[in-house]
Amino acid sequence: MALTNRSKTVTVRELTWSEKLYLPAIFKGMMITFSHMFKRTPTIKYPDVKREMAPVYRGQHVLKRDEAGAERCTACGLCAVACPAEAITMESAERKKGEESLYREEKYASIYEINMLRCIFCGLCEDACPKEAIFLTDRIVPSSFTRGEEVFGKDILVESQDTPVDVTKRQSPEVLEFKKNKSHYHNRTFKDAKPLVNKHH
Amino acid sequence: MDALLIYKFILCVIVFVISLGMAAYMTWGERKLAAILQDRVGPDRAGPLGLLQPIADGVKMFMKEEMLPTQSNRFLFILGPCLFMITACMTGAVIPWGSGITIGDVTYPMQIADINIGLLYLLGVVSIGVYGIMIGGWASNNKYSLLGALRASSQMISYEVAMGLALIALVMMTGTLSLGEISRQQDAGLANVVYQPLGFLIFIICAFAETNRAPFDLPECESELVGGYHTEYSSMKLGLFLFAEYINMFISSAVMATLYWGGYNFPFQHELGLEGNTLAILQTVALFAKIIIFIFIFMWVRWTLPRFRYDQLMHLGWRVLLPLSLANIFITGIVMYFLGKLN
Repeated sequence: MALTNRSKTVTVRELTWSEKLYLPAIFKGMMITFSHMFKRTPTIKYPDVKREMAPVYRGQHVLKRDEAGAERCTACGLCAVACPAEAITMESAERKKGEESLYREEKYASIYEINMLRCIFCGLCEDACPKEAIFLTDRIVPSSFTRGEEVFGKDILVESQDTPVDVTKRQSPEVLEFKKNKSHYHNRTFKDAKPLVNKHH
Repeated sequence: MDALLIYKFILCVIVFVISLGMAAYMTWGERKLAAILQDRVGPDRAGPLGLLQPIADGVKMFMKEEMLPTQSNRFLFILGPCLFMITACMTGAVIPWGSGITIGDVTYPMQIADINIGLLYLLGVVSIGVYGIMIGGWASNNKYSLLGALRASSQMISYEVAMGLALIALVMMTGTLSLGEISRQQDAGLANVVYQPLGFLIFIICAFAETNRAPFDLPECESELVGGYHTEYSSMKLGLFLFAEYINMFISSAVMATLYWGGYNFPFQHELGLEGNTLAILQTVALFAKIIIFIFIFMWVRWTLPRFRYDQLMHLGWRVLLPLSLANIFITGIVMYFLGKLN
């Protein structure tokens, strides 16, 4: 089966006289390399120039806080269920009295870990989250020397109160519209199932 | 007489400095051209366009730790790269760099020594260059070095035969071994390549082999022999080997330009109405333009063709180029006989 139309049948045979001269083949090869002199190099000179990223690039995750600065995550586990790579684990805990400013709801995640080596950055956790707590950002996950360092806990994932992470690019009007009906979409039955229609069409 | 001596001394220094400078910037050119041919950027960190890269490389070479293998022959180990470098620099002495420069009332030839056996001197010095590689490789007391040195010596000796025979056809035609005289003859007539295309083809292939350049870089052959004859070398001794290779390339380009492509002469040079020193300087520029084109071809071939296998190399040298060069002598003789140029 041919995967491309560029495959060639190759046979072992004696070279013809003109092929034994090598010179035509050498000339042909040199013309190929010469033509590359006029090609644009695709190199991006990294420290000077940074590659332009898509505004909705899916990089390192962030656990958002609400307007008052309390963690939005309630440790429902929907993200962990949605995760196809099984990269997310969490442990839930009950909010104590006096912790209302820390956690928005009565239940919160005492441990929340994402294994960055397992994560495939598909963004399904973000889709699954009913509390608008987890988002993927345009930050690149830094490399590390050990595997353990690549398991990110809450200390890295939760945004700091002073410098909130901007996720407005991933919350475009279309996305918000989609998320509004998410519960309905997730729980739809065959009776009320209708194909998703882009509103522009 | 004193003025001539001083002039020759200054010319020696200039040729030496230019050889070294060209070699240094050829390393830059090689890397840059390789990058361009492979759709990369190449060195661009040191200075604009990476132009200070050769200086950085040179400093690096000098700062590297100097290693002497304990089992090596110390004297020969040091002699090897020195000999290779000296012979590489010596060949520049017989190249005519221009017709003649006038200082005061006297016209001096722009050639260090216009000896009447210039071609023979050139071949002799190039042959001594083999000893540099051989001694260096043998003194290292390392099997890879020895293999590289063996390959280098057999390759260079094999291709010297075809090279010498290609030159004999040229000498038959020009009737002289002096490079200055060959240049002057090409001023009067056409460039020798018009009469000796096959001879030039053989010569350029042999020049690739003599300078150990790809596709004939079997002596170094990093994928088989680590580094070939310079495996055990470090610091500036390694630098001398690498540097001498580039000087050899520069000189062989100059020889090819002088012997086959009209030397310092350029078309319509006497119709421009230029006289004396202006013309001489323009001629030098023309010669350097030719040299740079040849250097470009050297590099272009290196980044296009894969390495020959050893049996292919020997087959090409002895069973293709040698009969071809003999046939070239034969044809040259017959044509000269019918043109009535033989007495």
